[in-house]
Amino acid sequence: MAKKRTIRTIPQQRTAVREQEPAQRVRNFAEVNCGYTLEQALNEADRCLLCPEAPCVAGCPVSIDIPNFIQKIGEKNYRGAYDVITDTNLLAAVCGRVCPQETQCEGVCVVGDSLEPVAIGRLERFIGDLAIVEGWTNIPYIELNGLQVGVVGSGPAGMACAADMAKAGCNVTVYEAFHEAGGVLKYGIPEFRLPNNVVDAEIGKLLKLGVKFECNTLVGRLFTIEQMISEMGYDAVFIGVGAGYPSFMGIPGESLNGVLSANELLTRCNLMHAGDFPKHDTPLQLGRRVAVIGAGNTAMDAMRVSLRLGAEQVHCIYRRTKAEAPARAEELHHAEEEGIAFHWLTSPVELLDDGRGGVRGMRCIRMELGEPDDSGRRRPLPLEGSEFEFDCDTVVYAIGTNANPILGQTSKLKLKKRGYIEVDENLATSIMGVFAGGDIVTGAATVIEAMGAGRKAARSMKRYLGLRDTDVVYRPERIGSEHTLFGIDLGERNYARLREVRV
Amino acid sequence: MSEPERAAGFEILDRQDFSDATYSLVIRHPRMAKAARPGQFVIVMLHGAGERIPLTIADFNRQAGTITLVIQAVGKTTKEMQQTCRAGSFLHALVGPMGMPSALTGRRKVVCVGGGLGVAPIFPQARGFKENGAYVIGIVGFRTKKLIFWQEKFQACCDELILCTDDGSAGIKGFVSDGIKLAIDRHRDIDEVIAIGPPVMMRACAETTRPRAIKTVVSLNPIMVDGTGMCGGCRVKVGGAVKFACVDGPDFDGHQVDFHDLVMRLGRYAVQEKAAVQRWSENCRMKEPDFSLDVFETPDPFEQVLGG
Repeated sequence: MAKKRTIRTIPQQRTAVREQEPAQRVRNFAEVNCGYTLEQALNEADRCLLCPEAPCVAGCPVSIDIPNFIQKIGEKNYRGAYDVITDTNLLAAVCGRVCPQETQCEGVCVVGDSLEPVAIGRLERFIGDLAIVEGWTNIPYIELNGLQVGVVGSGPAGMACAADMAKAGCNVTVYEAFHEAGGVLKYGIPEFRLPNNVVDAEIGKLLKLGVKFECNTLVGRLFTIEQMISEMGYDAVFIGVGAGYPSFMGIPGESLNGVLSANELLTRCNLMHAGDFPKHDTPLQLGRRVAVIGAGNTAMDAMRVSLRLGAEQVHCIYRRTKAEAPARAEELHHAEEEGIAFHWLTSPVELLDDGRGGVRGMRCIRMELGEPDDSGRRRPLPLEGSEFEFDCDTVVYAIGTNANPILGQTSKLKLKKRGYIEVDENLATSIMGVFAGGDIVTGAATVIEAMGAGRKAARSMKRYLGLRDTDVVYRPERIGSEHTLFGIDLGERNYARLREVRV
Repeated sequence: MSEPERAAGFEILDRQDFSDATYSLVIRHPRMAKAARPGQFVIVMLHGAGERIPLTIADFNRQAGTITLVIQAVGKTTKEMQQTCRAGSFLHALVGPMGMPSALTGRRKVVCVGGGLGVAPIFPQARGFKENGAYVIGIVGFRTKKLIFWQEKFQACCDELILCTDDGSAGIKGFVSDGIKLAIDRHRDIDEVIAIGPPVMMRACAETTRPRAIKTVVSLNPIMVDGTGMCGGCRVKVGGAVKFACVDGPDFDGHQVDFHDLVMRLGRYAVQEKAAVQRWSENCRMKEPDFSLDVFETPDPFEQVLGG
């Protein structure tokens, strides 16, 4: 056995990853981060201290056994590393790319106390990509239990829930309103950050698990949640529709042409391929000076997409400072490298008409930071008399999203304030057999948190359906011979039906 | 629907041509036929590289499991559909029904107004009001006699039908707003007027009823991408507030709608749309239809997004 690693013996420098040069990449939609090579991955794997009480695992919303998979990489057992990740996360290639690792696993990495933390996200992506190239899938042997599960929304929450329920032997159907599955991974996150073929590869794994996808289906309007339970034969339903209803500020000039939500910009570009107009029919009217309001991941995506679509200048307008910007560190860094102009402590108060229905600029006001608000971030306050005009011809709103009203309009689901679905600690809604998770419960969050919620809901659904939860050590809920047979709960519908087989 | 059919798309069962530019498609979708209510719309994609266009559901047949769309070929996509959609062919995507259904109950006497391409989508409302026991006055307007369609369908569900043509070749000579004047002079107890058509027409209708304070509902169909409240492209101003037509509408109080704002926003992609039509016309092999001037309507650029 090799000598125990210590902070002094491991490679001190975090292994750099090749990235497309900023000058080159702003002209294409190819991925910015090219991913680790085999050598780079091995080098980075050597930096992990393999802590016995790994804080990184607790830092991961789905608790991937991180030291274990990194150790397997070090042993050149890549398939083994993939098996470890897929124990808890079906979408390694996606999460390796889009998780905010700096606030999760890498944020609590012990190495990070004195050096740069282990690049866990890059290693996860390395394994995820390798699995796609090699065609690895871990398909368990599934004995169908005859139960029907409906999943509303094909984004990260829905996919995670669908995978778990399919593995438990349920017949799972995922409904998607768009013509393609993937939700925010498809329409929202751009190609240079998460290529659509990676998303399709991950969806392919769900298909292999037997999950069915029905696109072009707007649940609530084509049929209701109640109908799914009462007429369509679903034993349980998971709602993971996200919170995609875009916010505007309610300032004058927002209905001018040239003002749009980041959702609209990204959907036109990512899902409808407006960049390829007229080969693809969907147009996108972008001006030369684009101002994006907000500094989250969506704002970064909108800015960088605008650059790639040919905008001459792209500006970020944010009412707080860089320190409070909610974007993932890598995205902010990439945006800076690509020449986005950042205007911190600035907020628009009016969008100005060019006289032809378009935008000629906006009137902004400078801000300063006051006392912390409910979110813990310092509240921005306007500086009296600091207003100024800012030239731009396109304004993109990326200031967050709200709950979509359709399910609220069409079902008796109990809602919280502002239209989010009310759930209990098991993610059960007010309707029996209906569970919900992800952004539609919590408000806008991250891909991995949505996946975590999807998996948590799946655990609750399995309990509700009387299915053995394969993730936990089993103990009968009610002891006594009238309830159990050889220690197995008689209320359970399937036990020992699952065994792993390799394909 | 079985898997191979789903992969192919949504099957067109029948097509009828009402004029050089207007045609109807009957599409098989039993679940949507069951769910559809008057006032709702669908989003259609012709092929994988196509755009998503909103079209109001012009009819639905629960027994046959079909929905009907009436389309006017004015933009690139609607012209391409005119050329390629045939009985037996498939649409790439069809999603709906979308939007809030129109409120149909509790009215004793209503006026249903359809102008141009608004004629087809007003039909389910007229029929719905009739089924709910209202006295229905239908007002439909066309440019000229040769463009008239579905007259018998309206006659079957309307207690009175006022036909208007711009040139007086059939019915009364005048716009649908002239028809409304006739109707409200004749009937003092109208509960509601519902009007569908180009923005200019709907505004004229709303202005006609405003002095009498008769509740007037209009159906807006601005530019949309998803139709589910996600893009915000369809935002309209109603009574000073911003609404999303796809989830808050498409029906709104015509006396409150800011039509100027609507028309301005409908022109957002006018340049690209014109270029796309131009490009498509140059590249397509099919002969342009014979534009005999007395029949062919000069397309209203807003009618495509407003119509059936």
